[in-house]
Amino acid sequence: MTSSILKVENLQKRFGGLTATDDVSLTVEPGEIHALIGPNGAGKTTLISQLFGELAHDAGHISLNGQKIDSLPTPDRVARGLARTFQITCLLPDYTALQNVSIACQVQKGHSFHFLASARRDTDLQEEAAVLLRRVGLEERAGELVANLAHGERKQLELAVALATRPRLLLLDEPMAGLGHVESQQMVDLLLSLKGQFSMLLVEHDMDAVFALADRISVLVYGRIIATGSADEIRSNADVKTAYLGEGDELC
Amino acid sequence: MTQSSSKTLLGIGLLAVFLALPVIADMLGQPALTSLATRVLIYGIAAASLNFILGFGGMVSFGHAAFFGVGGYVVGILYQHYASGEPLFGFLPGTNQLLITLPLAILVSGAVAAIIGALSLRTSGIQFIMITLAFAQMLFFFFVSLKAYGGDDGLIIRRANEVPGLNMRDKQTVYYVCLAIAVLFFALLTRLVNSRFGYVLAGLRQSEQRMAAIGLHAYRYKLVAFVISGMGAGLAGALMANFMRFASPDMLHWTKSGELMVMVILGGVGTVFGPLIGAGTFIVLETLLASWTENWQLGLGFILLFVVLYTQGGVQALLQRVFGSRS
Amino acid sequence: MTLFLEQVLNGLQLGVMLFLMAAGLTLIFGIMGIINLAHGSIYMIGAYAGTYVAMETGVYYAGIPAALAAAALTGAAMEFLVVRRLYKRDHLDQVLATFALILISNQVITLIFGRQPLFVGLPSALSGSVELLPGLFYPSYRLAIIAVGLLVALGLYLVINRTRIGMLVRAGSTNRDMVRALGVDIRMLYTIVFGLGALLAGLAGYMAGPILAVQVGMGEQILITTFVVVVIGGVGSIRGAFFASLIIGVFDTMLRAYLPGFLRQIMAGSEADALGAGLSSMGIYLLMALVLLVRPKGLFPAHS
Repeated sequence: MTSSILKVENLQKRFGGLTATDDVSLTVEPGEIHALIGPNGAGKTTLISQLFGELAHDAGHISLNGQKIDSLPTPDRVARGLARTFQITCLLPDYTALQNVSIACQVQKGHSFHFLASARRDTDLQEEAAVLLRRVGLEERAGELVANLAHGERKQLELAVALATRPRLLLLDEPMAGLGHVESQQMVDLLLSLKGQFSMLLVEHDMDAVFALADRISVLVYGRIIATGSADEIRSNADVKTAYLGEGDELC
Repeated sequence: MTQSSSKTLLGIGLLAVFLALPVIADMLGQPALTSLATRVLIYGIAAASLNFILGFGGMVSFGHAAFFGVGGYVVGILYQHYASGEPLFGFLPGTNQLLITLPLAILVSGAVAAIIGALSLRTSGIQFIMITLAFAQMLFFFFVSLKAYGGDDGLIIRRANEVPGLNMRDKQTVYYVCLAIAVLFFALLTRLVNSRFGYVLAGLRQSEQRMAAIGLHAYRYKLVAFVISGMGAGLAGALMANFMRFASPDMLHWTKSGELMVMVILGGVGTVFGPLIGAGTFIVLETLLASWTENWQLGLGFILLFVVLYTQGGVQALLQRVFGSRS
Repeated sequence: MTLFLEQVLNGLQLGVMLFLMAAGLTLIFGIMGIINLAHGSIYMIGAYAGTYVAMETGVYYAGIPAALAAAALTGAAMEFLVVRRLYKRDHLDQVLATFALILISNQVITLIFGRQPLFVGLPSALSGSVELLPGLFYPSYRLAIIAVGLLVALGLYLVINRTRIGMLVRAGSTNRDMVRALGVDIRMLYTIVFGLGALLAGLAGYMAGPILAVQVGMGEQILITTFVVVVIGGVGSIRGAFFASLIIGVFDTMLRAYLPGFLRQIMAGSEADALGAGLSSMGIYLLMALVLLVRPKGLFPAHS
């Protein structure tokens, strides 16, 4: 048995009286796309934030490549091959698309305590960033400020920035959210093109996308995983149906 | 590239004005202009140092007068020990050599900034503002209580520090020394802002969460920036002590920190030369208003209020808006 | 022992004064997200207005409504003309705009009242001392300040925990966006909070009059100490402000009372006094540094 890239065991997180993450265990295997679905407020983003070290969990363990990363701060997790994208895009608004990627390349290369040499002449970084922008289909917008990018373009840029950190596991927080039908399809194709090279934990509401991409699906409701399985298994799972219907939310 | 070439032009233009200034002042029979310009240069260095973390790094430090004052006191204390012949702490001889006192002032203020920064940067936002202010106030009281070095009254430095081959008793020479140092300082600052470190710092201002998500340990970078900024302010303080031939707790007073921030915002946050222009504007305003009325701070208050509420980007932006937009 | 108890009471008295300032300041930070440097100016204006009326009428109590009215008016003017434009601005703009307000207030007060400090006499009923314990005489006026401060604290506690406005204030200090989402008239809440803060600051300023000199600059002095209180207590937390005020008040008073004497036992008298005075001025800041090392968000953080 090959060891999992990500292994989450009995993770717990409470906010006051509210249990946001309730005894969650899951794994992501090498090369796998593991989708995490669930109604609004199920605690999906909270879970991602804990995996990424932005929120501290109260109990349980997170292992990356077989090593516990429970107490590591976010940057150290990134150094070990974890990357995330944000549902509400989190980019550097005063920088261009290219700069957003190249600064990630720069940080990936090691420390940035270079005080005097001009960063504009870092052509290596810029070329590397340009390749990544091409990969997500943003090469024509490289010189545009993030503030001027359309929503869909920001989503693509999020992905390019995440790739620039040379991750092994991508935590994708609703990469399709707010995208039109065509854009969504492009994002699905893009993620399909990355499949196999990177393992992914994909949080997504767009069920077409989830069924097109995921090898396995877990359903999170009220902070608890109520089912894990293949697309077909999840489609036919009674608990999942009631959970969704009970929420008044539709499972496509 | 037009933007960077217009910046270069601005730099060259400023330099030409500053180079010619003492000559023009003499021609006009206004030697006081040279003193005024010296203060502009010195406060320009201090304000630009503050702007490095404030405008580029997004850290609103309300205690930068502390480093300014520490720099001044290094010069003052070394001079006092030089004059009395008594070594500092029993083993460090005093000195009046500018080439020794300036680097020492930079080092000491950097060390103080490292301690204050290490603690203050554990917080952010409003707490950071209050904490930097509070630590500066603490140092203020520290120097007030240093009776051996003048306490409340401060330290008189009988003669400006010496530089081999220069007559530092001449005000114009002091001016040109300050100008040379300012040129060096702003050249370094420009490179710093455009370096990898500068890029990271500006990234931290835009989104610390994003920078952490690409694997950056924010705290280390912010602390180093804070120390660099403190060193710059210390340099300015050391120059000021030489120029005024005086170091006193007033240099660390919290209103001085406020004034440095005012200079930054007057000149435009987040530009290399903005604070220099801001310092010039502030000092000229102060001098003009003070010559009209002893309640000049009232006028300053209203001007500041107007600038903050109605101009975004300070004098530079205001001029741009008045004289048409050139981006 | 009586001396020690007296110092504890002095510390409490300083503490409740700080609390009157810190309560308003911390709520304004917590709920409105505004850093208001001019809070100290409201304190000063309250002190001047009250003291002036008391001097003119010769009646101490006539100064109280005057101080409260002046503070409320100043607060309202500040909120309406300046602070309201700062809600959406960054902290730098807030600092600079309220710094400008300090410059303006100080100069206006100087223009009206000159540079000489004002003094107000104590009301006759409170000018004596009370024998609290055998041999422990304590000035009635300071006791009255402590009582007023504690009453205000109790009142705030009741308002915040028992009323609808208090509920909104509590919600606002932990989650500002939630209160907005509730459809509450947030402007109204802001005005109430700012007004309350102004009233408390004016009250504190007037009560401080007979103990300290009423002079320009008095506001900034207490403001910076209040910042320390707010940081130690945790921004936005009234409870934190209360405990931190008392801790700072007592700690500062004790240092000033006992440190020089303690140092005199190990060094020469004059040096000990100077060093003692210096160290005790620095004491509260060192305490703040210590708290920050252990708990960066303060002792009672409002935002968990």
